[in-house]
Amino acid sequence: MADSFPASRTDPIRSRYLDLVRRRQLYSGLTLTIFAVLMASGFGLANDRNAGGFLDGIGNIFAFPANVIEEAAAKIADMPANLLRFFPALVETVNIAAVSTLVGGTAGFALALLSTRGLAPWALAIPLFRRAMDVMRAVPEIVIALVLIYVLGGGPVPAMIAIAFHTAGALGKLFSEVNENADLKPVEGLASVGAGWAQRMWLGVVPQVAPNYLSYALLRFEINIRASAILGFVGAGGLGYELKNAMSWGQGRFDQAAAIFLLLFAAIVVFDQVSSHVRDRLTKGAAA
Amino acid sequence: MSDTALLKRGAVGLIGRKRLTAFAFPGLVLAYLAYVAIAFDVAGLAERARLDNGRTLLADSYSYKTHVTRDNRSGEVTVAIEGERKGTYAPDAPPDWVERKGARTEIDLGDGHLVSFGPEMVSYSVPGYGLIEARPSPSAGVETNLTGPLPDWISLSRNRLAVTTEAGRLTVTRNRTEVFRYFVGWELFFFTLDSPYHGHSAASLLFGPQIDPDRSNLAGAWHDFWRNPMWRHADVAWALFETVLMAFLGTMGAALVALPLAFLAARNFTPVMAIRFGIRRVFDFVRGVDGLIWTIVLARAFGPGPMTGALAILFTDSGTFGKMFSEALENVDRRQIEGVQSTGAPLLARYRFGVIPQITPVLLSQALYYLESNTRSATVIGAITGGGIGLLLTQAIITQKDWEEVSYYIVLIVLMVSAMDWISGILRRRLIRGA
Repeated sequence: MADSFPASRTDPIRSRYLDLVRRRQLYSGLTLTIFAVLMASGFGLANDRNAGGFLDGIGNIFAFPANVIEEAAAKIADMPANLLRFFPALVETVNIAAVSTLVGGTAGFALALLSTRGLAPWALAIPLFRRAMDVMRAVPEIVIALVLIYVLGGGPVPAMIAIAFHTAGALGKLFSEVNENADLKPVEGLASVGAGWAQRMWLGVVPQVAPNYLSYALLRFEINIRASAILGFVGAGGLGYELKNAMSWGQGRFDQAAAIFLLLFAAIVVFDQVSSHVRDRLTKGAAA
Repeated sequence: MSDTALLKRGAVGLIGRKRLTAFAFPGLVLAYLAYVAIAFDVAGLAERARLDNGRTLLADSYSYKTHVTRDNRSGEVTVAIEGERKGTYAPDAPPDWVERKGARTEIDLGDGHLVSFGPEMVSYSVPGYGLIEARPSPSAGVETNLTGPLPDWISLSRNRLAVTTEAGRLTVTRNRTEVFRYFVGWELFFFTLDSPYHGHSAASLLFGPQIDPDRSNLAGAWHDFWRNPMWRHADVAWALFETVLMAFLGTMGAALVALPLAFLAARNFTPVMAIRFGIRRVFDFVRGVDGLIWTIVLARAFGPGPMTGALAILFTDSGTFGKMFSEALENVDRRQIEGVQSTGAPLLARYRFGVIPQITPVLLSQALYYLESNTRSATVIGAITGGGIGLLLTQAIITQKDWEEVSYYIVLIVLMVSAMDWISGILRRRLIRGA
């Protein structure tokens, strides 16, 4: 066998292959070097611009949690009262997330139908709705929340509107991706018996996509709980607002802060677990 | 026959139940929304809402006003854009609609609206209404020639006269007489009044004669634009960069931290259950402790700045990435690893050539996807810790004055996030196709 491939004939192939390997190694080496340089210089730059440097702060990283735990431990008797006291704030945070997911999901549903090829009633307007969703997704919630807080006053409503706006754009995109995989035969069947657009969508598309929609909406709900806690910090009510008050009170009321941390952590973990469980069942049920 | 009857009964019952749920579900949602409307006090919102704030915000975001102010004690008249020191016209070079005639100042508000500040009297000639005259004095307050019932655009009290028309606004008090004239646009966006390039067109800057003898037009104009004291373009550009930097460092740092840990959390790479369990709980913990809490904890340790923001993103996302990467690792194809192993490769080479190429597309596409979403988070985190464009935005909103700057920042943030979305999309497509 070896005689049929004399070295003189395989040598050029071999050298060309090695060349290729070497070039690829050079490229990936260069990419990695550039990446490493970017990371290192970026951290250096960020470190210089920070009020406290990384090396000064790294020792203190546990100082604040230690303070919080210490104070909470010293006033452990107040903990149940504190948990109870901030529970309504947690409910408000979760309510903000739930309502904005509902409202944003409904708007996203409409936007998704309007921007999916084959389903949209006005095919020409599809790019328009797509761009609209891009913009809705690009605006950070805090921008809308801050502006609305100025106009509407502090409270949960500005946060709700801000998160719902963003959710509509984010879910709209995901929903329209789901729609694109929907089977169009039921829609055609409904059209053949004279169903209107709304009936075609409601009876032909929604039953196919509902499990996926629900699963995405639950995932979004999880994200929105975090977002609504953050928006509270800039004055939109709920746990974040209480946390800010507890933190800025003199040296900080750390026992209260500890209670809020606990509530937020517990809420996020619980909703995370429940939603991932339900989502598992939804997607598996859809596959079966 | 009884079979079909039974079947029919079953079907009718099923449809009935389905119909019930079909109505019950929206009913539940409505009930929940009603409860929330009460809990959020939506009814009270109407009272708390400051719609006039909304109006100022909207008007200010596309227009600006120039103040012409007379100090009634010293008689000094100043013309200033938005009443700011940085936008004050030099006393000898007022804009062309303000004319000084000795002790008098004539102000043309356009469309026939003329205001005149005299040494004693202030007069405003409103087309279709007539001449309004007012005499502010320290002892007698504001005396006017107005009699009888006043239209609703004039408000008059003993010490104050305010006239609001479509051309502008005049207020007279004992100590101060002030006229606002409104213009469309963002004031002094390119050059402030003290720059020699103010009021020149782009063509005259490019091709016209040299304006400042010390500097070439292009260099000078760039310098004055970049260092514009009102809009601070250099600072804004830096803030945008800082925000992107936070997102980049946080995301990539999280991916780098999460990758080795993900091996420890994957069933097929770490047979020891205790380690796997421990690492997974660590992932759950850093993910569950929200970005908000990390931000606060880290801000206490490192102070405000981009490093804090980057680390907050890094902490939260290393949990998320760890979970995703370990799931990806559990799905790798063993055969490729065995193939590499069969050549006698050591452990490290087996990972490098057997595992990494399989998970690179997942890894990169997730990291890039998060890069875009973290640009938005970095804006929010910046608003809380104090860094980047988020800080500038909150500052501009808190001062409640420069709404044109707020709209400028919003436009920039949207453009920044869209650009990151676009770039990450291009990279994702290219990397996944290449892999």
